[in-house]
Order: sequence, then C-alpha cells, then structure tokens
Amino acid sequence: MKVYFRNIRELPAEERYGPGQLTCAGCGPSIAVRWLLKAAGDDIIVVNATGCIEVTTTSFPYTAWGVPYIHVAFENSAAVASGIEAALKVLRRKGLTDTNARVMVIAGDGGTYDIGLQSLSGMLERGHGVLYVLYDNEAYMNTGIQRSGGTPHFAWTTTSPVGKVMRGKVQRKKDIMGIVMAHHIPYAATANIAYPIDLANKVRTALERLNEGPAFIHVLAPCPPGWKYPEEQTIEIARLATETGYFPLYEWDHGKIILNPPSNTHLDKSRRKPIVEYLKRQGRFAHLTPEDIKEIEKEIDEYWDYLARLVKAFG
Amino acid sequence: MKAELKVRDEVVRERIGLTSNYAVAYAVKDVDVDVVAAYPITPQTTIIEKIAEFVANGELDAEFIPVESEHSALSAMVGASAAGARVFTATSSQGLELMHEILHITSGLRLPVVMATPGRALSAPISIHGDYQDIMNARDTGWIIIIASTAQEVYDSIIMAYRIAEDSRVLLPVMVAYDGFLMSHTMEPVELYHEELVRRFTPRNRSRPRLDPRNPITMGVIASPDWYYEIKYQVINAIKESKSVIKEIQGEFNKAFGTDYDVVEQYRVDDADYILITYGGASTGNAKEAVDEARRNGIRAGVLRIRVLKPFPTEEVVKAIKDAKAVAVIDRALSPGSTFEGPVFNEVVAAMYSQGVSVPVVSVVHGISQRTIFIEDLYELIRELVEFKNTGYFPRRTMFMGLRA
Ligand SMILES: Cc1ncc(C[n+]2csc(CCOP(=O)(O)OP(=O)(O)O)c2C)c(N)n1
Repeated sequence: MKVYFRNIRELPAEERYGPGQLTCAGCGPSIAVRWLLKAAGDDIIVVNATGCIEVTTTSFPYTAWGVPYIHVAFENSAAVASGIEAALKVLRRKGLTDTNARVMVIAGDGGTYDIGLQSLSGMLERGHGVLYVLYDNEAYMNTGIQRSGGTPHFAWTTTSPVGKVMRGKVQRKKDIMGIVMAHHIPYAATANIAYPIDLANKVRTALERLNEGPAFIHVLAPCPPGWKYPEEQTIEIARLATETGYFPLYEWDHGKIILNPPSNTHLDKSRRKPIVEYLKRQGRFAHLTPEDIKEIEKEIDEYWDYLARLVKAFG
Repeated sequence: MKAELKVRDEVVRERIGLTSNYAVAYAVKDVDVDVVAAYPITPQTTIIEKIAEFVANGELDAEFIPVESEHSALSAMVGASAAGARVFTATSSQGLELMHEILHITSGLRLPVVMATPGRALSAPISIHGDYQDIMNARDTGWIIIIASTAQEVYDSIIMAYRIAEDSRVLLPVMVAYDGFLMSHTMEPVELYHEELVRRFTPRNRSRPRLDPRNPITMGVIASPDWYYEIKYQVINAIKESKSVIKEIQGEFNKAFGTDYDVVEQYRVDDADYILITYGGASTGNAKEAVDEARRNGIRAGVLRIRVLKPFPTEEVVKAIKDAKAVAVIDRALSPGSTFEGPVFNEVVAAMYSQGVSVPVVSVVHGISQRTIFIEDLYELIRELVEFKNTGYFPRRTMFMGLRA
C-alpha cells in the first residue's frame, strides 16, 4: 500500500458522514464508514447493501450522507455498482458527463459472504473498477443477530444458540479473502477500525487501482449488542482481534501477499497475544469451555500456517 | 394515398424482415442506449445476442454488461439509470420472476428503465413456450406495461417507451411485452426509421435526478410508517397520470412517423354487438380473422385489443364495450384462486364497475404455454356469445378453451 496519510491529523477534517445517523453507541461499522468517507474524498458514489448502516443513516427525510448514495437491496450492491461504473464510463465517453467519480460499495458480512456473494463474484469476474468494502460485524445485526457465513466458530447468535446439544455456531468462518483473491483482482486487503491510518491508506491505494479493475477491503467492525461487550470497548476489542492473530492485517497486491503491522510479526506465534484475551471480553463466547478455546486456537494456528504458505508462494 | 407514401419515404430508412426480438434490438440501437445488461433466457435471448453484436461491431456505443443473473441485470440497470444513463434490459419467464423484487424497487426509485419481455409460461412444469403468465405477475409492480401485437409495433413501442419513461411527469419504468415465439421468433416486415428522426424524437432528459458528486443526493432510503404510504402513493399517482402523457407522446409519434397508435386498438368495434377483448399478437390476429368470418355470416363482431395494460385504459375500454350485447375477455394467463382465473377479465370488470356500466362479460382462458388458438376456436366463441345473449344464460365462471377433458 502507498502511504497517503502518516497520522490521524493528516486525514481530512471534513465529515461526509453524519451527524444524524442512528446506529447504536459504539457501533463498529459506523466508525468504519466515517474513516472510509474521510479517506475516499469527495469524488465518490456510495452503493450500500441493506443492513444496519443503511437503515440507520437514511431515515427519510434525513440522511447522514454527504456524498451521492444509493441503496437498492440486500444482495445486489455489487451489481448496482457495476451498472453505475459502466454508466459513468459510457457517459464520459459520449461527453454526457465530466465527473471522475469512483464507485464504492459498503456492505455487511451477510450481504457479502452469503446472499450477495453471487453478485460480488460477477462484478469481480467482469472486472468493474469498483471498490467493494465489506464491513464485518460477523452476523446479521440489522435483523437481530443471526449467524452468517462470516460468524466465527462457536459464536452465539440467535440462530446459532447455545443449548444442551449445540454450543454456538457449528461451522467455521468462511474465508472471504480467499474467495475474492481467487478472482485475481488487482487489489484486496484486510483492515480493522482500530488501525484507521492503515485503513485509510488502503482505501486510497484501492481507489488508485480502480482503473485496472476491482478492489476489495475486508474491514473488521465489532458490534456491541451482537458481540455482547460494553459499548465503550469497541476499539479495544477490535485491536485485540488483530493482536491475538484472530484478524490478521494483510494485502493482496497484484498477486503478492504482504503482511502489514502489527500482523507482520505474527508468523511467530509468541508475538501474538493469547486468543483467550480476545474471547473472554465478549458475551457471545461466554459459554466456551477450555477445550473450545483450544480448538479456536488450533484453527487460528492453522490459518496462520495457511497465510505463511501464501506469503511464501506470493510474497 | 400518394401523400402518405411520401411521408413514409421521408421517415422510413429501410423496410426489412425482422423478428420482434430483432425489432427490439434495432430500436435500442436507434434510440442510442448507453448501458445494456441482460442474462439469456428463451425466448428473450436473441434480443441481447443482436445487441451484443451491435456493440461488438461498433454500431451501438453502449456498455454491455454480461451479468451473472437476471437479478443482477435489473440491479445494474437501476444503478446505471440512477447515474443518469439511458438503459435497456430484457427477459422472460423465470428471469422476470427473479427480477421481481427489483421491479418494485425500480418504480419506487422512479427510474426510467426500459425492458422488453417476450412472454413465456412459468415453471413448474418447465415450459419454454409463449404465454403471458410472467407479464401478469409483474402487473402490480408500478411498471407501465405495453403489450404489442406486431414486430412493427414492438419497434415503435420501444422508441415511445423511452420518451414516456424519461418524461419528467412520469419517471417510471416501462415494459414492452409481446408473444413469446409467435412474435419473438417470427419474421415480419418492419419499417425502420431514419436514426436522426428517432433520436430527435427521443432526446435525453438531462434534468432528472442523478447520482452526481457535485450535487449529492440519497436514493433508496428507509421510510417510517409516517412517510412510506405517501411515497408509494406518488407512484400510484404517477402511473395513473401517465395515461395522458402516453396519449400525448403516442400522438406525437403518430404525427412524426405516420402511425396510428392508441392505448387500445379497435377493430370493427364501432357497431359491434359482440366484442372479443384481447392482448398480444396471436390471439388478436386470430380474433380479427374470426370477426371477419362472423361478419360474413351476419354477426356484428369486433375486437378490442388492450395495448397499454398499465395504466389500465379504463375509460377507453368501457366506452368501446358499453353498447355491446356480450363481450368475452381472452386471457393468455392464469390467476389461480381468483373468482375468475383470467387476470385481464378482472381488470375489465373492475373498469366497468368504476364507470357504472354493466355489460355481460365472459372470462375465457386460452393459449396457455402456447396451446394453439385456432381461428375456429374464436369464431366458435363469438357464436357462443350470440347463444348466451339469446338464451340469457352467461357462464359465471372462466371458460378454459383448448383444454383437453
Ligand atoms: C432478500 C432479503 N432477505 C432478507 C432480508 C432481511 N435483511 C435485511 S438486513 C439483513 C441482515 C444484514 O446483515 P449484514 O449484511 O451482516 O449487515 P448488518 O445488518 O450486520 O449491518 C437481513 C437478513 C432482506 N432485506 N432481503
């Protein structure tokens, strides 16, 4: 990634998001959107999938959006963005517009891992110059905390309840970055709201790459009611996700895998904080037994093993 | 006659044989569409194949988005239209069903998307053959629906559709439907107009709202119960009011290109005692033949074709049938579980009720999944209407013609 911003003071002071949004206190996705819009600048058109962000920011007759914004449905944000990108291209060619606006999708994990996967894949395959940002709060939060393909193993949700026979989500979290990278797009990256400068630089880098094709950013964005922690701890918990190795920061740039700080030291397990530090802070994991935690640790180690092999192959 | 020929010479670029699907593609090229997205489905496919060819040959300067589903096709059209482009898509049957959610959203967002829909039966069981069940399932989605009956009318209707959809008094999506296979794949002579005349007739509406960073707007909001109803009412109102705009634009089109369109087509209706109400190509064409036969046998019969299905031409339909002795509505679609299973029959009865008119009307279903409608079937139907009238006995349930016992 290129460095456009070195510290928080270098981010634009203007707010293009809010006030007037109705998200919960401590909403991770809302924090993500604020940084996204600061990094993206004025010449942007936002396509939003149905979800928490959409319903809390566009309550007619109010809007929290200082940039052009469209929401159409839950599963089709990538298709809508494809249409906008194609329209701008041809309208420029025909001299019917002179805007250089870029298109940015903002969609939740449900709208990306599950119902929107087809339209995302279609958009990536066709090579539209669109930045797709997934804000991952690891469940369908808008409809009241149901499991999604992005929900982690063992996590409690209302459709992966903790009962006598089953204890939370049975399956592991889907590897969305792997799916996206398999489309061989120019740029993809993970980011975390606890690392806003890294996030902002990745957004700018991604936008720069759009004349070559699509870009994708996977942003971890914790949810206080969904993850069951006190709302003032959102950033702390987000940071722990990366510090424990649960959510590594890395980029896929033209076929190269690059680990970003602090994850670039985490191939060495001793440099990662113990996963229990992350898990014990969240009510959705309150039921975990020591064996479950061991299992999660094993899964994270496996994932790092896989990343290490990717870095070796594509580094 | 001579003067008329001269007019045609002035407007007609060439007269060639085209299927209705190709007629659509030529219209799309002539109005200079900017973005096309579509997904193959029979009997629609040859439309987008032809458009892809135009784009590939540089004959149409458009972005062609080969989407991965119909749901994405219409979604991409919504995005492109919201960005200010002139857009086109086409589908049939299951494809139209897959778009259904976005049909409502397109009209709710007031986007002038134009779509061609050769009608086809719905699964299960799978049938690739033509009827109007898919179109009728889209009738409550806030789209203007035109049903054409010839390839020429298909070409003309697509051109008019852009003027209607993009008119600031309307701003609604428009669907141009016609018979799957019987029209979509049947060659007819079509007069194509000079491109510059078509373009002059369809200037882009540059003042409609669009996604533009210099003037940011928010589209596709959430509305509380305090607002939703009024916003949806605006759609109701816009489609109702669109009838006068449609008539105005049809009038202009008729003048510019020497045609004769109205929201309904009347064939020997003026003095008719017995009227068949139809829509689409095959049933209308055969109904006209049956009417001619009836007239030869001394029965004063006529055909009233519904050309604009939505907004429903209530006054025009009622005015045309109010003095008839008996009327039959021939539906090529099914409305299972309704009192009468013919969807347009229900519209006609509601239209009469609204005008305080009562004429005996019979509900007929025929041509489902392209079951052949013979001219003799329709002639027989006219004879039955006479019989009903004479005996005073009118069937109070839908007659399923052509159905094996
Ligand atoms: C076709 C369809 N199915 C279901 C829904 C209901 N729905 C709206 S938002 C949502 C969940 C969104 O989850 P996610 O994408 O993770 O975003 P979040 O709410 O967490 O921000 C669901 C299931 C819908 N709008 N459309």
